Amino acid sequence: MGDSNKIVLRGRKVVGGVAEGEALVTKDRISGWGGIDPRTGTVIETRHELRGKSFAGKVLVFPGAKGSSGWSSQFHVARLAGAAPLAMVFNEMTTKIALGAVVTHAPSVTDLDQDPLKVIATGDWVKVDGDRGIVEVTKRS
Amino acid sequence: MLDGREGPARQKAMDLLVRYGEALGAGRLVDTNNVCGTVGASTPFLRDYGARHGMDAVFSEFSLDSAEVVEIPKVSVHASHLQQGLDPDHAELQGIPPEVVKVYRQGEAYTMKLGVQPLNTCAPYTVGNVPKMGEHCAWMESSAVIYINAVLGARTNAEGRESAGAAMLTGKIPYWGYHLDQNRLGTHLLELDVDVRSTAEWGLLGYYVGEMVQECVPVLAGVREAPDLARLKHFGAAAASSGGVEMYHLVGFTPEAPTVQAAFGNRKPIESLKVGKAELRKAYEQVNSTAKDPNVDYIMLGCPHYTLGQIEEACRLLQGRRVHGNTSLWIFTPRATKQLADRKGYTKIITDAGAHLMSDTCSALGRVLPKGTKVAAVDSAKQAHYLPAIMGVQCWFGTTADCINAAVTGKWSSELG
Repeated sequence: MGDSNKIVLRGRKVVGGVAEGEALVTKDRISGWGGIDPRTGTVIETRHELRGKSFAGKVLVFPGAKGSSGWSSQFHVARLAGAAPLAMVFNEMTTKIALGAVVTHAPSVTDLDQDPLKVIATGDWVKVDGDRGIVEVTKRS
Repeated sequence: MLDGREGPARQKAMDLLVRYGEALGAGRLVDTNNVCGTVGASTPFLRDYGARHGMDAVFSEFSLDSAEVVEIPKVSVHASHLQQGLDPDHAELQGIPPEVVKVYRQGEAYTMKLGVQPLNTCAPYTVGNVPKMGEHCAWMESSAVIYINAVLGARTNAEGRESAGAAMLTGKIPYWGYHLDQNRLGTHLLELDVDVRSTAEWGLLGYYVGEMVQECVPVLAGVREAPDLARLKHFGAAAASSGGVEMYHLVGFTPEAPTVQAAFGNRKPIESLKVGKAELRKAYEQVNSTAKDPNVDYIMLGCPHYTLGQIEEACRLLQGRRVHGNTSLWIFTPRATKQLADRKGYTKIITDAGAHLMSDTCSALGRVLPKGTKVAAVDSAKQAHYLPAIMGVQCWFGTTADCINAAVTGKWSSELG
């Protein structure tokens, strides 16, 4: 894969650390409690586009969090169950996602200079450098 | 506190609040003396963890994000416990084995030893914890957060288990979001062109509004009749489920919206929308999207936990009738309200009809359903949103009267349908 396939997004640190992996992208916001099964990392919300898919071991790229204030504790349980995302990239800051990212211990970045939902597709290889606020995307094709 | 001079637990708590505040981009912390959170270990994953490692380990990991187990001191602020994972007085009916009740009781004793009030409800504002206008709070539970922000004018974000736990020990929370004046102003104007009367209709309106504005601050104009506590409770719970609404204004009714202009400050609405019959119909179809089979096994009322007035209404609808042999009717309310219902004779009316008045939990949170439930029915848009996803059941949504009728006949039909 050449550098021509590589796109670099710059944003702000939410949680430090570096992780890389395959992207799982959704345009739908994610509910924690009642929206995921934290034991497997599977999205269970009835009308969600990722319903039945797991974010375990993926770089989760999504607009943000919604729903119950049990968001952080569900992602917290997912970490202890080994089913958390490797890293998170998102657009909308809320208390749910800030606390959720912190307790998931997953490198996380927001406030990016390009919309990650447009630039990143499911299956792309993504490196998230939380400390520097940098997201490197290698397109799959 | 961060330097550890006030002990390791407060150091861990402060460390978490600093990491959380940085993640948010908050400039500082603010003092709070009113925290509502969850400390117990009553949901399945946590009670296993508690049974293996003990309650200080549960608090360290799940309330302070600390793998290191630290001794937890008494809380330093007014703290209330939210709903739990089971009702110890109805454990057998809820399919909870005695050893789990034992873990629950240990957890409750631990919680009270820390100085946390055992309100055990998602609606603490109905049983004595009523924050005042402008009071900085740190509350969990999206339906309670939206209620105290919008209806009472208190100031809280939707906190999580960890931030609420850290706030109980420190009396601090990030000064961000709805703690600041400018973030409480309206963003979207919704003009009502339909009469919204029943609690169920207020739930549908909330569901539609949440779907439309997601995490923004809707301003509703054209409300013709003052909604009561139960209607506002169902409206907010629904808006916080379909979207992430934590603050709203009802022009002429909620304290920060005497006028449309006041609700928006000097800003213009990002968007103006009309809400009529068609919009409520759309919400009705969405909340009923999982339901097909009219043979109902289980009717659940009390999401958010029923008020005494709602229990009275259910009793009026139920009096002299019997729950059908193939169905169960469970009604959930705060423990304090249950005691009033016992005294008033409501509990007897309910049990005489073959139904049950329960406290402390609900079906979605505790994953407690009558054995073999395949089709449920509720009068809460929030519960209809979550129950099918969490428990894999079909779920009908309708009015309280629809639900009581279904409990008596075993068949679903709705006056809204």
